[in-house]
Amino acid sequence: MSPRSNISARFDTAPDPLDGRVPPGPIDSKWTDHKFDMRLVNPANKRKFEIIVVGSGLAGASAAASLGELGYKVTLLTFHDSPRRAHSIAAQGGINAAKNYKNDGDSVHRLFYDTVKGGDYRSREANVHRLAEVSVDIIDQCAAQGVPFAREYGGLLDNRSFGGAQVSRTFYARGQTGQQLLLGAYSALMRQVHLGSVKLYRRTEMLELVLHDGRATGVVARDLVTGEIRSFSGHAVVLATGGYGNVFYLSTNAKASNASATWRAHRKGALFANPCFTQIHPTCIPASDEFQSKLTLMSESLRNDGRVWVPKELDDTRTADLVPESERDYFLERRYPAFGNLVPRDVASRAIKREVDAGRGVGPIKNGVYLDFAESIERLGPKAVEERYSNLFEMYERITDENPQNTPMRIYPAVHYTMGGLWVDYDLMSNLPGLFVLGEANFSDHGANRLGASALMQGLADGYFVLPYTIGNYLAPLLGAAPVSTDDTVFAEAESTVRDEIKRYLSTNGTHSVDWFHRELGKIVWDNCGMARSTETLEKALTEIPPLREQFHNDVKVLGDNESMNQSLEKAGRVSDFLEFGELMCLDALHREESCGGHFRVEHQTEDGEALRDDENFAYAGAWEFNGVGAPPTLHKEPLEFENVHLAQRSYK
Amino acid sequence: MHLKLRVWRQAGPTATGAFESYDMPEVSAEMSFLELIDELNEKLIEANKEPVAFDHDCREGICGSCSMMINGQAHGPSRGTATCQLFLRKFVDGSEITVEPWRAGAFPVIRDLSTDRTALDHIIESGGFISAPTGSAPDANLILVPKEVADAAMDAAACIGCGACVAACPNSAAQLFTAAKVAHLNLLPQGQPERWNRVQNMVDTMESYFGSCTNHGECEKACPKEISIDFIALLNKDYLKAQWKNRKLESQRG
Amino acid sequence: MPELTTEDDRAGADDASRLAREVGPPVPPSPRDKPFLVRFYGSAVGKKSVMALTGIMLLGFVLVHMIGNLKIYLGASHLNEYGEWLRMIGEPALPRTVFLWLLRIGLIGAFAFHIHSAYSLTRMNQRARPVKYQSHREYVAANFASRTMRWTGIIVGLFIIFHLADLTWGFANPDFVRGSVYANAIHSFSRVPVAIIYIVANIALGIHIFHGSWSMFQSLGLNNPRFNIWRRYFAVGFAALITVGNVSMPLMVVTGVVK
Ligand SMILES: Cc1cc2nc3c(=O)[nH]c(=O)nc-3n(C[C@H](O)[C@H](O)[C@H](O)COP(=O)(O)OP(=O)(O)OC[C@H]3O[C@@H](n4cnc5c(N)ncnc54)[C@H](O)[C@@H]3O)c2cc1C
Ligand code: HEM
Ligand code: HEM
Ligand code: SF4
Ligand code: F3S
Ligand code: FES
Repeated sequence: MSPRSNISARFDTAPDPLDGRVPPGPIDSKWTDHKFDMRLVNPANKRKFEIIVVGSGLAGASAAASLGELGYKVTLLTFHDSPRRAHSIAAQGGINAAKNYKNDGDSVHRLFYDTVKGGDYRSREANVHRLAEVSVDIIDQCAAQGVPFAREYGGLLDNRSFGGAQVSRTFYARGQTGQQLLLGAYSALMRQVHLGSVKLYRRTEMLELVLHDGRATGVVARDLVTGEIRSFSGHAVVLATGGYGNVFYLSTNAKASNASATWRAHRKGALFANPCFTQIHPTCIPASDEFQSKLTLMSESLRNDGRVWVPKELDDTRTADLVPESERDYFLERRYPAFGNLVPRDVASRAIKREVDAGRGVGPIKNGVYLDFAESIERLGPKAVEERYSNLFEMYERITDENPQNTPMRIYPAVHYTMGGLWVDYDLMSNLPGLFVLGEANFSDHGANRLGASALMQGLADGYFVLPYTIGNYLAPLLGAAPVSTDDTVFAEAESTVRDEIKRYLSTNGTHSVDWFHRELGKIVWDNCGMARSTETLEKALTEIPPLREQFHNDVKVLGDNESMNQSLEKAGRVSDFLEFGELMCLDALHREESCGGHFRVEHQTEDGEALRDDENFAYAGAWEFNGVGAPPTLHKEPLEFENVHLAQRSYK
Repeated sequence: MHLKLRVWRQAGPTATGAFESYDMPEVSAEMSFLELIDELNEKLIEANKEPVAFDHDCREGICGSCSMMINGQAHGPSRGTATCQLFLRKFVDGSEITVEPWRAGAFPVIRDLSTDRTALDHIIESGGFISAPTGSAPDANLILVPKEVADAAMDAAACIGCGACVAACPNSAAQLFTAAKVAHLNLLPQGQPERWNRVQNMVDTMESYFGSCTNHGECEKACPKEISIDFIALLNKDYLKAQWKNRKLESQRG
Repeated sequence: MPELTTEDDRAGADDASRLAREVGPPVPPSPRDKPFLVRFYGSAVGKKSVMALTGIMLLGFVLVHMIGNLKIYLGASHLNEYGEWLRMIGEPALPRTVFLWLLRIGLIGAFAFHIHSAYSLTRMNQRARPVKYQSHREYVAANFASRTMRWTGIIVGLFIIFHLADLTWGFANPDFVRGSVYANAIHSFSRVPVAIIYIVANIALGIHIFHGSWSMFQSLGLNNPRFNIWRRYFAVGFAALITVGNVSMPLMVVTGVVK
């Protein structure tokens, strides 16, 4: 039996192609023309519309603030105790923008081109072009808000180069770019909260999406402090709830990051696109042991000044300083002379894995490679290097007790970002009318692989400069219609679903903790659907996940009650969703018989081990429709056309 | 290593709490402090006891969620380190570690080690922003910011909003947090138009929740980002100046 | 619902949450209706500036007073002359003791504001942490001086009352003779309990100054990384000077060195 026929029973394929509703016209005027063509809501009418935003990361906070400024009545939910804690806060390296401040030949078109190519031709051209266009506005906006970007001595903005780019277009604020950008969006948001246009609900977790006549009209949420289940109703719902990297249990994502909001929308009919496109980040601190709860990222910017190497000898047990120059293999520089240490993440990650798998790993449990700053320290002086990376070096030293100024850092890849997400059209609306999805939660813009410093750009583009326009286009015809009352049966039903689920967890009274199940699931997906995937491993995962899910529902132990803060209960819902989602991710990976970007199928590689795309059969975004837990989902294909960036095998040689 | 834990347990905001002792006979020195609590929770669940509630998220020392008094010090004994970045190798084998929630009137305990730090958000709400509605910004390079100024602003902006300064301060003052936020914006050219109102409003809001600073300097030592109390001096100076400046601005309106 | 701090229906919520709930969100813009000095003094930062300014006045007084008193070592005539001179300043433009009274009024005002703001800030700080830490606190920076300001302050305050009764009004001093400043002081300090009171009070004052004369720079925002280290030196030096100078007098007298 060929692998392909084997899986056809696992899903159905929808006959009609999915339409991304991309406006017509030449690529560089689509967005401008579309902005003109869209319907507007006049200022006095904006306050008649209520919009629910879930998530307060870069995407959610910037959207809520901008919508509030426009005059909409916004309700913002976040499960954090303050919007400023969202996972976006942890981004270190920087944010891209096609400003060409460095006079090195950057342009909107080049950023567009790099992003499409970097995404291995699995993104929608029109979206990416728009992203590149608004990137310049983002920097202006953030600078005006007081984001303390790094400056030159003359007072102008400084830039650096980042993985996958040959120009310096990355803006940064020390090693805390995400923090500073989020604080900017958060401060704009808090200003709106103060003015009363945004109502903020903290420690409130959305648990159900509510539809009325097929339109998204609200959400049901749980107050994590009192356990109260409550409905929120609005004219539109915006999800900006981040990525699903934590399905792997160990990842660089914040511990609370989860897929519940998007998954529950998916269960209500929203299509989930490309879940197998997950990104592994090459520069994380290698795990030290079993009890490890989370992996820590070292910013990719380190690769600007660090050189990656392993000893040439197998099983070399010497410390780094004892390995002479001639016995070191700078394998990224050797294999990819043009980009060297700056090759895109997926390429770097796999190259590193190959070295470690081959037995050339370094460190106490031989699970890393060196990232060496010796040369930069010599060239720039220890002070300059210190200035650039001090906080990263400190963080590294705190965790490992080693100082990278003296001993080379050890790094290894870890799950970091998820390109897949809810399917959205050009207007960032899902297939469910009134449900908009922003930031890492949607699937747009990055294709099969995200370039460094592009997620922050996308989150803010969506929130500041795209949604505020496109949501008006959806809302304008709804003028005069009151939002569905929260007394309506659709809300009552959703609330009781949530209550039942909570009751179920609390009464299961099994033997294993929620975390135990999460770890088990993580092992399955990391081993079988991680950096390298094959029919065999994916089939294995697909047979292991359903029983684990079953076991979870019969054997999970959640103590305590609903009426007070109960962190196990919160996690139970999230892990339950991961147990369903993980299966879809593996199925998506199994069905995509090609290697592209972060999705590497061992069956599909070139002779020297590079990813081999299959543009003939897989140049589409695969968006899945939910048909019930365990039931075969339906695959909708959105064909991708490349009119402006010509399909070519990615090569970083 | 072998550690004993004394952890504050409190079932809810209104419940009375007490310390409970737990024995952790075999833990690794490479563990982070939160991983120790994770491990404790696994053990508690196994024994059908409710796990310890505590706030955490990024575990990288940047989100400001984690918040514990460890042996009488906010975020524990390591300087410039948030609880999540504190490793057990800092402790002596066999010792007993006492863990308590942040204590301040404005930080009511929600459960166990988790507190409500919303009051810090209210300080931001009252003025911790630059009013620059989306779309209204000029080209970023039109606003020149000397490198020294950008660096100083960044030093202040590094605050992660954890509230350790409040927890550590003998007076429960939020002066360091407020000073950091004010300095970040008041140092930058973009922040000048609202400078005097900002400091006035933020300080007034701060004082409606927190104690006053008598310059103990304890906050600086507890701060995981080592924000300097020099910023407190700057805050006080700006607040003083704001009295005159705001008066002048108001009198110009007639 | 989610604003824990705004919920009023949380029956029996403890004091800890009530403090926060009194000032619920959203935060209203600060009203600017009161005269600005009143407003300013109404704020804690304002009170701290007032404490610092009055503190500086008090420091000035204590320094000058000490220098004057040190004439005790030069003998009775010097000290008495000095006492007399104090009363004569401003003459003949001003009548006798008018200038002295102006000084006294200033001093009384400074004390009044210093004490009032100390009291109200202390109350504020107590309210800000209604539930204390239940385990031992391990201080890193806060020192003995900074944590005992209110106690050293109270000691100094009580001392001043005693001191006035002793050397100015005289009813605490059986040998008091108005105008013979030197003799009064010697008589007073020769009594061991009185000497001890003086010594203890002045050590307390030294401790108070040790923190206060550093703290006042912060309170007034006098900060410059290049000079910051000098603030510490200044505080240590000033506190040491005052303590040594003031303690020496009762000590020398009670031990019989000065008679
Ligand atoms: C360590 C690290 C470093 C990174 N560095 C970079 C970088 O240098 N450059 C770059 O461009 N990108 C970087 N990234 C990626 C980037 O940070 C993220 O992709 C991006 O911040 C995601 O933003 P977001 O707004 O979509 O979601 P998030 O920031 O994840 O926000 C999600 C929000 O949704 C809320 N939420 C989720 N579910 C619910 C629910 N059910 N109910 C209520 N609220 C909910 C959460 O409370 C949170 O507020 C990095 C990522 C990591 C992990
Ligand atoms: C009645 C007696 C006094 C009381 C109750 C008192 C109390 C206090 C208190 C509570 C503080 C605040 C602590 C702080 O800010 O760190 C303070 C500060 C100070 N006190 Fe006093 N004090 C008294 C007398 C004095 C005297 C006699 C002097 C001068 C010699 C003095 C000088 C100062 C100074 C310089 C400060 C620092 C002000 C600042 O930080 O802004 N005090 N005092
Ligand atoms: C050992 C040290 C001191 C000595 C020897 C001393 C001595 C005196 C004497 C002799 C007088 C009376 C002066 C006169 O009537 O002309 C006096 C007055 C006074 N002293 Fe002191 N004193 C000492 C310390 C202090 C301290 C520490 C303080 C306050 C912090 C203080 C505050 C005062 C005041 C307020 C008066 C009244 C001044 C007036 O009304 O003119 N003294 N002191
Ligand atoms: S100033 Fe420091 S201690 Fe205070 S909230 Fe900010 S980071 Fe935390
Ligand atoms: S510890 Fe407290 S008293 Fe001031 S200097 Fe820091 S806020
Ligand atoms: S968990 Fe984020 S700072 Fe500690």
